[in-house]
Amino acid sequence: MAFIPSGDVISQIIYAASILLFVVFMLYGQRIQMYVMIREVEASLYKLKFIKEEGRKIAIETIKEIGKPQTDPSARVDRYLEYFTISPQSMDPAGIVYKLDHILDVRDTRLKDEVKIMAPGSDEVQVNNLENTLEAAMALNFIYKVVRHYYIQGKKTLSLYVIMQLQMILPLVMKEAEAYASALKAFAYGQPIGDGAGPLVAAKLMHGYETRKLPKDCVVATVPIEGRTAFIIKAEGPGGNVGKPGDAVQTIIEENEGKIANVIMIDAGLKLEGEGVGEVAEGIGAAIGGPGVDQYKIEETLVKYHIPINAVIIKEDIGDAVSPMRKEISDSADKVIERVKNVILERTKEGDKVIIVGVGNTIGIGQ
Amino acid sequence: MTENDQSSTTASRISTYMLTIVLIILALSIMALLFAVSAFVVGDQVVAGYLLIIGFITMGLSTYLLLQSRKRVANLKIEAPKIMTTIECIKCGLKSVREFQRGDYVYKELDKCQKCDDKMTITAIYKEVKEKEKTYNV
Repeated sequence: MAFIPSGDVISQIIYAASILLFVVFMLYGQRIQMYVMIREVEASLYKLKFIKEEGRKIAIETIKEIGKPQTDPSARVDRYLEYFTISPQSMDPAGIVYKLDHILDVRDTRLKDEVKIMAPGSDEVQVNNLENTLEAAMALNFIYKVVRHYYIQGKKTLSLYVIMQLQMILPLVMKEAEAYASALKAFAYGQPIGDGAGPLVAAKLMHGYETRKLPKDCVVATVPIEGRTAFIIKAEGPGGNVGKPGDAVQTIIEENEGKIANVIMIDAGLKLEGEGVGEVAEGIGAAIGGPGVDQYKIEETLVKYHIPINAVIIKEDIGDAVSPMRKEISDSADKVIERVKNVILERTKEGDKVIIVGVGNTIGIGQ
Repeated sequence: MTENDQSSTTASRISTYMLTIVLIILALSIMALLFAVSAFVVGDQVVAGYLLIIGFITMGLSTYLLLQSRKRVANLKIEAPKIMTTIECIKCGLKSVREFQRGDYVYKELDKCQKCDDKMTITAIYKEVKEKEKTYNV
């Protein structure tokens, strides 16, 4: 044979095997690569399934422990985990914000009612915490189902591109799922989470002053700062709650007939890789996440009365935002207060009125 | 069969499948090593050398597979970080730190201060992250 060199048998076998390997990789290389990717996705999917099951278990255990239900809440929890929300039609976008606001209100009321039925023995704070726990379990359930969908679709069609896309975004998906997994216990026990950085700063500023309720699920305190009158707004704690800062800011501005010199918003902001957790940055604009309804309402009112808006953010990643608050974030609250005071001194005059809003989930943070 | 039962069956099926592969590879590696010894006794040193290499490589591979599967099982845990609560007397500044207890929240008023009789208040609840983040010199 011309292709196989003469010599001992072992060398000939190795030579033939290497040629065979070369041909196999040339013809089936992509398929082998796909099977490797499928295995990788499968391993992550297995982990996601475990996290999802744990989430369900923690939610049920917490409901049983806190809510003291008469019957087993498992079936109701399973139904809760499958809830969905349909966003309003956007073909004619005029008025869509208020439609979305309405849908979100209905959703919130419905989910709270469900929790009250599942856990009749729980008070208002515990209902909020249980709702947050169930929402984290719901998010895990959704992530698992979406990844499983693309995994099965990729396997069915044997499409390299479906599997490749899934495999490429998987590290980010897993990071988010792990963050929700650690959020579960924080919500169940009512511990402050990283997203609560804004409410923590607001709580520090308003502590010791009288508070009153604002729509919806927010509180405000009138606090003298550097010779100005500051209206400090945060969601009402210590239950898991983000409130509706949009409505709260609107109410305070209307109450003061637009005579507000400045609005300062404090929120947790996503950090880029390489930036430190708890770093503080300052900027312009409405620092608020979520579906955009509150941001829209705040911006609309500010434009109406020509009120300037400043923002101070505490940097953290998605994992820190939904897991128990890190010491660096807790410690940065004092730095934020210094920055806020600087903004007030530089941007307003003595006797002015300012609004300071601590945006985020106030779980584990009172006032 | 409930979903939980199904998941546990899947888990055991995966581990049995892995274990079978590992055992087959391990058996083959032991056979290769035995053949290597017999080839060495016969005097065929080249074949013995090749068989030794194959035997050790496959044995390493099976150990690696076994370790990987154990690692995967170990990874399947949701770690609960240690949460600390800082309690402070706002009047005299007396400060103490203890582990978080259910029902704690920031600005919750607790028992009286041992020093000045004012109420102690929870001023912070946080987790301490011990492992240092990897830094990149860029």
